[in-house]
Amino acid sequence: MKRKHSGYAKWGYIFCLPFTIAFLIFTLYPIIFTTVIGFTDCKGLGTVKFHFLVDDPFLNFKNILANPSFQKSFRNTIGMWICNFIPQIGLALLLTAWFTDNRNHIKGKGLFKVLFYMPNIITAATVAILFNALIGYPMGPVNDILMTLGITDQPINFQVNKAVARGSVSFIQFWTWYGYTMIILISGVLGISPEIFESAEVDGASRIQTFFYITIPNLKTILLFTLVTSLIGGLQMFDIPKLFLLGGPDNATLTTSVFIYNQAFSGSYLYNRASAASMIMFIIICAASAVLFFTMRDKDEAELEKLTKQQEREYRKMQKERRKSHE
Amino acid sequence: MNNKRGSLILKVIIYVVCVFLAILSIAPFYIMIINATRSTVQIQQHAISLLPSTYMMKNIAILLGKSFNPANGFVNSLIISTGATLCAVYFSNMTAYGLVVYNWRFRRPFFSFIMAIMMIPAQITMIGFYQMVYRIHMTNNFLMLILPAIASPSMVFFMRQYMLPSLSMEIIQAARIDGAGEFYIFNRIAMPIMKPAIATQAIFCFVSSWNNLFTPLVLLTDQKKYTMPIMVSLLRGDIYKTEYGSVYMGLALTVLPLIVVYLILSRYIISGVALGGVKG
Repeated sequence: MKRKHSGYAKWGYIFCLPFTIAFLIFTLYPIIFTTVIGFTDCKGLGTVKFHFLVDDPFLNFKNILANPSFQKSFRNTIGMWICNFIPQIGLALLLTAWFTDNRNHIKGKGLFKVLFYMPNIITAATVAILFNALIGYPMGPVNDILMTLGITDQPINFQVNKAVARGSVSFIQFWTWYGYTMIILISGVLGISPEIFESAEVDGASRIQTFFYITIPNLKTILLFTLVTSLIGGLQMFDIPKLFLLGGPDNATLTTSVFIYNQAFSGSYLYNRASAASMIMFIIICAASAVLFFTMRDKDEAELEKLTKQQEREYRKMQKERRKSHE
Repeated sequence: MNNKRGSLILKVIIYVVCVFLAILSIAPFYIMIINATRSTVQIQQHAISLLPSTYMMKNIAILLGKSFNPANGFVNSLIISTGATLCAVYFSNMTAYGLVVYNWRFRRPFFSFIMAIMMIPAQITMIGFYQMVYRIHMTNNFLMLILPAIASPSMVFFMRQYMLPSLSMEIIQAARIDGAGEFYIFNRIAMPIMKPAIATQAIFCFVSSWNNLFTPLVLLTDQKKYTMPIMVSLLRGDIYKTEYGSVYMGLALTVLPLIVVYLILSRYIISGVALGGVKG
C-alpha cells in the first residue's frame, strides 16, 4: 500500500533536514570537539590553539580520575542524588496510593497537585539563593522556626556543618522534584485498567495488598523511567549546589558539574581537564540512558522481531527435517 | 465499625500530610515576599513575620542601585526563551511530520536514532560548544542560545506520538489532490491539528529555557546580555551580603511573574507533566 507513495519519499528527507543539520552543528560537533580537547593541552583564557598529548594521550583522563576533588565531587553527586531520590520516590508513591484510591474520597486533589508541583517550575537559581537566605545564621527564618518550636536551643550554622549542608542540598532537590514524580506516577496508575483494581477489591484485597501486588508491578516501566531520568538529571546537578553554598563548605556540596564548570570557566581555564571530566560523565550517562532506551523501545517492535525470528527458525527446522526425511 | 474508624483515621492522616506539604511548598515564597517589604534590621531581629512592613520601595532602591537590572534580564530572557520555543516547536513538528507522513528508507533508523540521543545532556558537550562559539566570535550572541533548540529530540518524540493517531492520511491525500504543496499541507493542515500538543510542549520548552543557568552563564559575558537566572545569581555576590531585604526583593521580582503565569496555566501544565509520564 505504501509503494505508490514512494514518489514522496524525498520529502521525508527534506522535513528531517533542519533537525539533522542543527544536531550535527550544535550537538555532534561539540561532542567530538570536547572529546578531542580531552586529549590535548588546551588551557588558558581565550586559547584556541592546542597540541595533542603525544607522549601520554590519556594524561588528562588519568589526572582527573586521580584528582581528589573530582573523586569527592563524584561521591557527593551520587550521595546527594540517593538522599534525594529515595525519600522522593517514597513520598511520591505514598501520595499516589492515597490519591488514586477512590475509597479515600480526598477533596482538593487538584489544588494539592498544583501546590506540590509549584517548586519545580521556579528557576533553580532563584530557589538556591532563596534557601541560602532562609538558612541564614545566626538569625534566618529556618533557625527562627527551629528555635521557636524548641527543636534546637542554639541556631544551626548550615554553612559550616558538612553533613547538614549536603542534607540541605538533597532536601532542596527533593522539595523541587517530588511533585513532578507524583504526577507522573499518578498518570501511570490511571493508565492501569480499572478492572484489575475492581477484581482485587471484589476478592477482598486490602489497600496495602492492592498497592504492593497490583499497583507497583504495573508501574514497573514508569518507575524505571523515573529512576533513570532522575539519575541522569542528578548526575548533572548544577544550579543548586553552585549557588546554594558555592560548593562548600570544604567542597562538601561540590558536584561533578560544578567541578567541570570551575575547571573550565572560572580561574584556571583548564579546558582539557574539564573535557576529560565531561567525557567520563558522558560515558556514565550513556550507560544509564542505554538501559532506558532498550526498555522504552517500541515493545510491539521487539515482539514482532521475536516472532519473525521464531518463524525463521521454524522454517529452517522444517527444511532440515524435510532434507533428513529425503535422505 | 472498626473498618470505618480506620478509614477515618487514615483520612485525617492524609489531610494532615497534604496540608503540611502544601505549606512547605508555599512557605518559602511567602517568607520571601513578606521579607521583601522589611528592612534588614527588622529581618535580623525576627526573620519571620506574618505581616508585611513598609520598606518595599527602599529595598527596591537599594537593589537597583547596584548591578541588578531585572527589567533588562527579563527582556533578554524573553527574547531567548521565545526564540528557542518557536524554533523547537516548529522544527520538532516538521521532523515528526517527516517521520509520520512519508515512507522513506531511513525512517525507522532515524527514529531509533532520535530516541537514542534524547538523553544527551547539553552540559556535557559545553567545553566543545564554548570553544566552537568562541572561535566564530559568537559568544554574547543570543542566536547561539536559540538555534540549538531546532534539534530537540525529546520534543520530536512527543510530537510523533501525538501525531500518529491524530493526523489522518486521507486529509493529506485530499489536500494533495486539490493541488496543495507539501509545505502548505504541513503549515496549514498538520500544524493546526497539533495545537493541543504544541501548547503543552511550548510551555515546558519556554520554562526550561527561561530557567536555564548553565549555558548562558558560560556564553554570556556582557552584563547587558545577562539573562534572568544570571541576574539572580548576582544576588549571591558580596555586594548584597548585608542587604537581606533587597536580596528577598530581587528574588521576589524574579519569582512573582513565574508564579502568576503558573497559577493561570496550572491545569495545562499538570496535565502536560502527566502526559510526559505516559509516554514512558
